[in-house]
Parts: sequence; C-alpha cells; structure tokens
Amino acid sequence: MVDRIPSGTRDFLPDEMRELRAMTDRVRQVFERAGYGEVYTPALEFEGTFARANTSASSPAYRVFDEQGNVLVLRSDMTVPIARLVATRYRDVDPPLRFCYFAHAYRGVRPQRGQSREFLQAGIELIGAQSPEGTAEVLTVLCRALEVAGLQNYRVGLGDASLYPALLDRLGVRDDDRRERILTKLADGDFVGLQNEVGALGLAEQDASLLLEVPQKRGGPEVLQTLPGPLEHAATGMRAVHAQLAPGVADRIIFDLGLVRGLGYYTGAVFQVYDPAYGVPIGIGGRYDDLLAQFGRPLPAVGFSLNVERLHIALTSEERRRTT
Amino acid sequence: MTELRIAVPRGALFHRTLDLLDRLGIATREVRENERRLLFEDAGIITMRPADVLTYVEAGAADLGITGKDVLLEQPEREVYELVDLDYGHCRMVLATVAGEDPAAEALRRLGVMRIATKYPRIASRHFLETGRQAEIVEVKGSVELAPLTGLVEGIVDLTASGATLRENGLVEREEIAQSSARLIANPVSHKLKAPAIDALLERLHAM
Repeated sequence: MVDRIPSGTRDFLPDEMRELRAMTDRVRQVFERAGYGEVYTPALEFEGTFARANTSASSPAYRVFDEQGNVLVLRSDMTVPIARLVATRYRDVDPPLRFCYFAHAYRGVRPQRGQSREFLQAGIELIGAQSPEGTAEVLTVLCRALEVAGLQNYRVGLGDASLYPALLDRLGVRDDDRRERILTKLADGDFVGLQNEVGALGLAEQDASLLLEVPQKRGGPEVLQTLPGPLEHAATGMRAVHAQLAPGVADRIIFDLGLVRGLGYYTGAVFQVYDPAYGVPIGIGGRYDDLLAQFGRPLPAVGFSLNVERLHIALTSEERRRTT
Repeated sequence: MTELRIAVPRGALFHRTLDLLDRLGIATREVRENERRLLFEDAGIITMRPADVLTYVEAGAADLGITGKDVLLEQPEREVYELVDLDYGHCRMVLATVAGEDPAAEALRRLGVMRIATKYPRIASRHFLETGRQAEIVEVKGSVELAPLTGLVEGIVDLTASGATLRENGLVEREEIAQSSARLIANPVSHKLKAPAIDALLERLHAM
C-alpha cells in the first residue's frame, strides 16, 4: 500500500527546495533592506478573524475544531492575520509600519501545477501610508523583488478597484443585484456575459458602450489620456502613482482598467504580476484602506503577495525560452 | 500574425472556425490540407479535440481559442476570458425524455428522485438544484440517447442543434436549460501582455 497525501498538496525534495530557498533568500534581503521586518503568524486563526474581512473569492476552505469546540480556519492569506497583528501588537505604535512575510496559505482551489491548496506566499504590507506615496513604494519593492528573483520580462498590471463601481454610480446603476452580477462577470473575465447584463440595463447607447469598452482598456500611459469624466478620479490616482515611480519601475507598469480583483477588501489601486513565459498571474496586490478599521485600528494600507511556486515556474520558463 | 497562437477545435466547430480565421486574414489552407498535423507554426494555429481547448488556453499554451459556451458552462472554474460570442455553432442544452407521459416527472413524484444521463454532469446538477428537484446524475461517455430507451434513466440532459437525433430515438424535449454558441476565449495573461495584437484581431472581427 502507498500512503497518499491530501489533494492539492505535495512534497518538496532537495533540488527544488535549494532553488526555492535561494530565491526566497534573495527576495527576503530586498524586503529587509527596504525596512520590512519579517513576521510570522499562526497558520490557524479563529474563524471570526477571517469573517471580519470581506475575503469573498479567497475565503478559508479548511476548518477544524479545537478541544474547546472553537471553529478555527487555516489562513487563506496573510493580509488578514497581519491586520489583526497590527491592531493588537502595535496598538499604540505610530504608523507607518512595514512588515514582510514568507508563509503558507491554504485555499480550496482546483489543484494543478502552480495552483496548490497549500502554497507559499512572499509579500509585504505597508500600514499607515497613503496613496500615491505608499502605493509607489510597494510597487518599487515589488519590482526589485522580482528582479533579484531573476525574472527579466515581468510586467505589473495596475488598475483601480474603485473605478468600475464609480462608473456604475455615475451612470445611475444602483440596483444591488445587478451591480453584483456585472462585477462578477467582470471578475470572471466573461465579457459576453457582461455585454448581456449591460444590454439589460436599458442605458443610452454611449453609456452602455462605455461600460463595455472601459474594462478592455489596457496598455501604456496612453490608456489614461482620453478618459471620460466619471473615470477621471481613478485615472488621476493612477497617474499620481505612476509619476512617483522611478523609470525602471514605471516601465514595467501596464495600466489596466479592467483589473478588478476577486478579493473583496481592495479599495483603490490593485495590481497583478505577469510574465510572458507563464500563462498565470504570479502575484497580486493593492490598497485595502478599510480593512484595518475592521480590527479597530483605522489605517490606510497597501501590500502585495507573490506566489513563490509560480515565481519559480515563471523563472524556469524564462530560462527555457532563452535557451531554445 | 504569428504573434498569437490560436487553439482551434477539430469537431463540429472546425470548418466554421477556419472560415472565420480566413476572413480575419489568417491563412488556413495548410490546416485544411493536413488532417493529421496538429501544429501550424506559420499560421499560429494549433488544432485539438474540442474538450482540450480550455486546457491549452488556461495554461497559456495558446493565447486564444474557440470553444462552445456549453464547454465553458460545464467548467466554470477555468481561468479564461470569454471575449466574443462568434454567433455560429448554435445549439441548446435540453432536458429530454421518451415521448408520451413524462417518465421523469413520474419518477420524481413517486420515487422522489429522477435518474438523468448526461455528458454534462455539472450543468445538469446545477439546473436541477436551481429548480428544486432531486436528480441522480448518471455520467455517460457515448450516445446519451440510448440511456432512457433501455431503462437506465428517465431522462437525459444533452446538446441539440436541430433536434433530429432526439426525434429519431423517440425522445422529446421537455425543458431548455441553456443556449450555446461558439465563443472566442483568451488566456488572461496574454490578454494583458499581447493587448495590441488581440485588440487588432477583435477590431477586424467586429468590422466583419
């Protein structure tokens, strides 16, 4: 008989571990040098801690009882535990606070390469820093980390989670069910479904086509140049972030007005890391200015997390492309 | 044009898809003349069984692909963008039973559960869940029409275009569950990193 391991988990043997460790060591140095001290929190949290945050797409999948009957969850990300940590251990410490982490998170995903139910995340959180300065700092650390990891061709998509909801507001789409359905289609990348939902709103033709065209806009700074009025606020925010970036970082940015993350707690800038050698995003991040308030310490915040396994896959894919 | 790699299904959508690609300026003659070859680097086309298109596009092994909405509905967790309804390959997902008094309704009334054969277990389960009926889904790989004729099940959930196959086997449509047609899908990362090439293709498509 062969003993199995749970679906979506796997063993890591020395050759792979050596490569992963070398990569994370280089990334950790970047984080530490930028002033982000490493923290670790329990893999298990009380269910109520995650219930406070609107984690929607990535809510915890694994639950256990402890000996007193409390419901515990395996953390589905590190942002929520760090929000809890800030509100308890750093209650009276003046912001800004900078933390980094290398820790596993757990989600009920469909297992495949680069998509494990237990996965290592490397990330930072910057607590108490406003946009655009805080966002620009985090994007800068992100790019430096990707570079020391060894990626050459990565790009970072930059969008704004508030952009599309603001557009719906301005066009008078207030019905909650409809908004929810539209935002779900958008998050799923179902542009045909989006067209059907928008068509059912009965808007003027130019308003309807705005709702369909905006999420398709992605590219260089020219994307932000000719935007209609309702988008001006979000566009101003993105321009301000971009203006703060050094050339080596700014060159990596793709503006993406269709970027809406499934994660519920993002409030402003959102970003996603891509590499042309790998068909799956390597990391995500963004501003979550309301999350800390859920834990009694209202502070603006921004961070990102890299999926270390995906980073490693992208790295080997880039290497393979270079040699063939 | 070779900047984009397109996954083309060798199946019911094959010839209409090649016609479409021709009109978009992608040369498909080589594909039409080579039944067995799978990879056409010059045209940027790869051909495969319809069920595999989602797999290739999701992983980024193809940037774009053409697949039926039925396949997308059956596998909603796949991370692909659904860009355009191509308006061909129309068909419908239906619940069908043998003609005459509805045996599925009778089974539901007297036995509490109906047995349904299908190649689309998730679409079928979702439909009966949403309509509040208990159904036991029997997954079959081959001709679904056989299952109700032999007493294996009381009904089937299957795709139909003209309804001819149903009629020939003495089956009648009882409910429509979903409509399907060919869709252009994209890998999410390609959609961001190859935006100019994809948008140029979409523009030509919309201009047609």
